[in-house]
Amino acid sequence: MGEFAYVAPTSVADALDVLREHANNGRRAQMLAGGTDLLVQMRGLDKAPRTIVDVKKIEEANRLDIGSDEIYIGAAIPSAALNENAALKALLPGLIEAADLIGSTQIQGRATLGGNLCNASPAADTTPAMIVNRGVCVIASGGGNRELPVEAFCTGVGVNALADGEFLLGLKFPHPAARTGDAYLRFIPRTEMDIAVAGCGVSVTLDADGRCVDAAVGIGAVAPTPLKVEAAAEALIGTKVDDDALAAAGAACTAAASPITDKRGTVEYRRKVVAVLCRRTGAIARDRALGAS
Amino acid sequence: MSKVHVQTTINGDQVEFLCVPQQTMLEALRDVLGKLGTKEGCGTGDCGACTIMLDGRLVCSCLMLAAEAEGQELTTIEGIAGPDGLHVLQRKFLEHAALQCGICTPGFIVAAKALLDRNPNPDEGAIRYWLAGNLCRCTGYDKIVRAVQDAAKELAYQA
Ligand SMILES: Cc1cc2nc3c(=O)[nH]c(=O)nc-3n(C[C@H](O)[C@H](O)[C@H](O)COP(=O)(O)OP(=O)(O)OC[C@H]3O[C@@H](n4cnc5c(N)ncnc54)[C@H](O)[C@@H]3O)c2cc1C
Ligand code: FES
Ligand code: FES
Repeated sequence: MGEFAYVAPTSVADALDVLREHANNGRRAQMLAGGTDLLVQMRGLDKAPRTIVDVKKIEEANRLDIGSDEIYIGAAIPSAALNENAALKALLPGLIEAADLIGSTQIQGRATLGGNLCNASPAADTTPAMIVNRGVCVIASGGGNRELPVEAFCTGVGVNALADGEFLLGLKFPHPAARTGDAYLRFIPRTEMDIAVAGCGVSVTLDADGRCVDAAVGIGAVAPTPLKVEAAAEALIGTKVDDDALAAAGAACTAAASPITDKRGTVEYRRKVVAVLCRRTGAIARDRALGAS
Repeated sequence: MSKVHVQTTINGDQVEFLCVPQQTMLEALRDVLGKLGTKEGCGTGDCGACTIMLDGRLVCSCLMLAAEAEGQELTTIEGIAGPDGLHVLQRKFLEHAALQCGICTPGFIVAAKALLDRNPNPDEGAIRYWLAGNLCRCTGYDKIVRAVQDAAKELAYQA
C-alpha cells in the first residue's frame, strides 16, 4: 500500500518526464483518459499500485482540428463531444457511429478514441472505423512525436505498440476525398450496451460514374486484434460496389478472421456474421459516397 | 498513503476535501462528503445509479477518480431541487410512481434532467436511448418514461 498516486500534467513534456522517471525507477505509471476501461480494471482484477497519469489536462490531447488536408482528434476528447460536432460527423459518419455505440450516455461522457484504442480489446468498436479512415496514431515520445498507422497499433489482446515512456496524443485522418463514404456496424445480441460479436468498418471512394477507386475494410472481434483486410478492399475496387462485389468482400473478411468461441458466439458464427456485416456496411458506405457526390 | 487535496464546485458550492488517489468520486461523495443521494449499484459503469454531471456532461461517478474533480463543476442529485422545492422531474416521478426501492432514482433524475436541458421535447425512443445506461430492477421502465414525458410537457407549458 501507499504507492498509489495521481498526477495531471499540463504539458506533453511534463507527462513524458513523469513516465520516464517511473520507467527509470522500475515503477508503474499508467495513463488515464475517461477511465471507463481503466477504473473497471482497477476495481476488478488489477489492483496493483501505480501512478495514474491523467492525460486530460494536456492541450494537444484535447485539440480537435478539421483542416482541409487533415483531421486531428485529440486522444482525450470524450465521444459525446465528438458526436456533438456536426462538421466532424458529416466528414467521418462511420467513425462517429462507432463511437456512439460505446456504452451509455454516461460512458460516452468520458470514453475516448484514445482509450478505446490503447486498451487494445479485440472488440474495440472505434478501431476498425479508424483503420478504414486511414487513421494514424500520433505518439508522444522522448525523442519527439512518432506516427504509426492505427492497424499497426494493437499488437495482441490488451497489448499495444507504445514503448515505456510513450503515450498517445491524438489521431490523424486524411480529409476524405470527394465521393467518399464510411460506415461501421457491429452485431450484438441486445440493442444497446453490449460488446461486439463481430464488427466491420468500410470506406469507399467512387469516381463520377460510381465506380470504386479506393476502399478500405476493417474488422473487429474476430481476431486477437482488429484487422485491416486488404483482400476485401481489393474485391471492391474497380466495381460499382454491387451485391457481387460486396459478397466477395464479405468472403474475404471471413477468410481473414481467426475468431474464438465464447459466450457471445462460436467461431463458425463469427466468421459468418462478419461477412454479413461487411456486405451491409459496404452498402451504407457506398450510398453515403453516392449521396456525397 | 499520501492524500490528495481537491478543490471543486459541487451544486454551486465551493468544496474542499482530502481523498486517497484511487478513491472514486462516488466514494468521496458518499464516504468523505456525506452526500448519500448518489447511489452505488454495480461499480462498473453498467447501472447508472451513480450518475452525476461533470462539467456539463453526464458521467458515472463510480468510474471517475475523486482527484479528477479538481477545478471542475459537479452536479449531484442534491443539486436538482430548487429553492421552491422539488424539481418537476422529481414531482413527476412521485406522481407516476416511477420508483419503488429508489436506488436507481437519483441516477434517472440526474440523467433525465440532462436530456430535457438538451432536448425539451424528446420522443419515447429518444428517452429510452438516453436512459439506456440507467437500470431499474423494480419498475419495468414504463412509468419512468411516462414521468419524463409528463415532466417535459409541464416544463414546455411553463416556458
Ligand atoms: C458499461 C460499459 C460499456 C462499454 N461498451 C463498450 C462498447 O460497446 N464498445 C467498446 O469498444 N468499448 C466499450 N466499453 C469500453 C470503454 O468504454 C471504451 O474502450 C472506451 O473508449 C475507453 O476509453 P477511456 O477514455 O475511458 O479509456 P481509459 O479507461 O481511460 O483507458 C483505457 C486504457 O488505455 C490507456 N490509455 C488511455 N488513454 C491513453 C493515452 N492517451 N495514451 C496511452 N494510453 C492510454 C489506459 O492506460 C488504459 O489502459 C464499455 C465500457 C463500459 C464501462
Ligand atoms: S454504480 Fe456506477 S454505473 Fe453502477
Ligand atoms: S426503483 Fe428499485 S431499482 Fe429502480
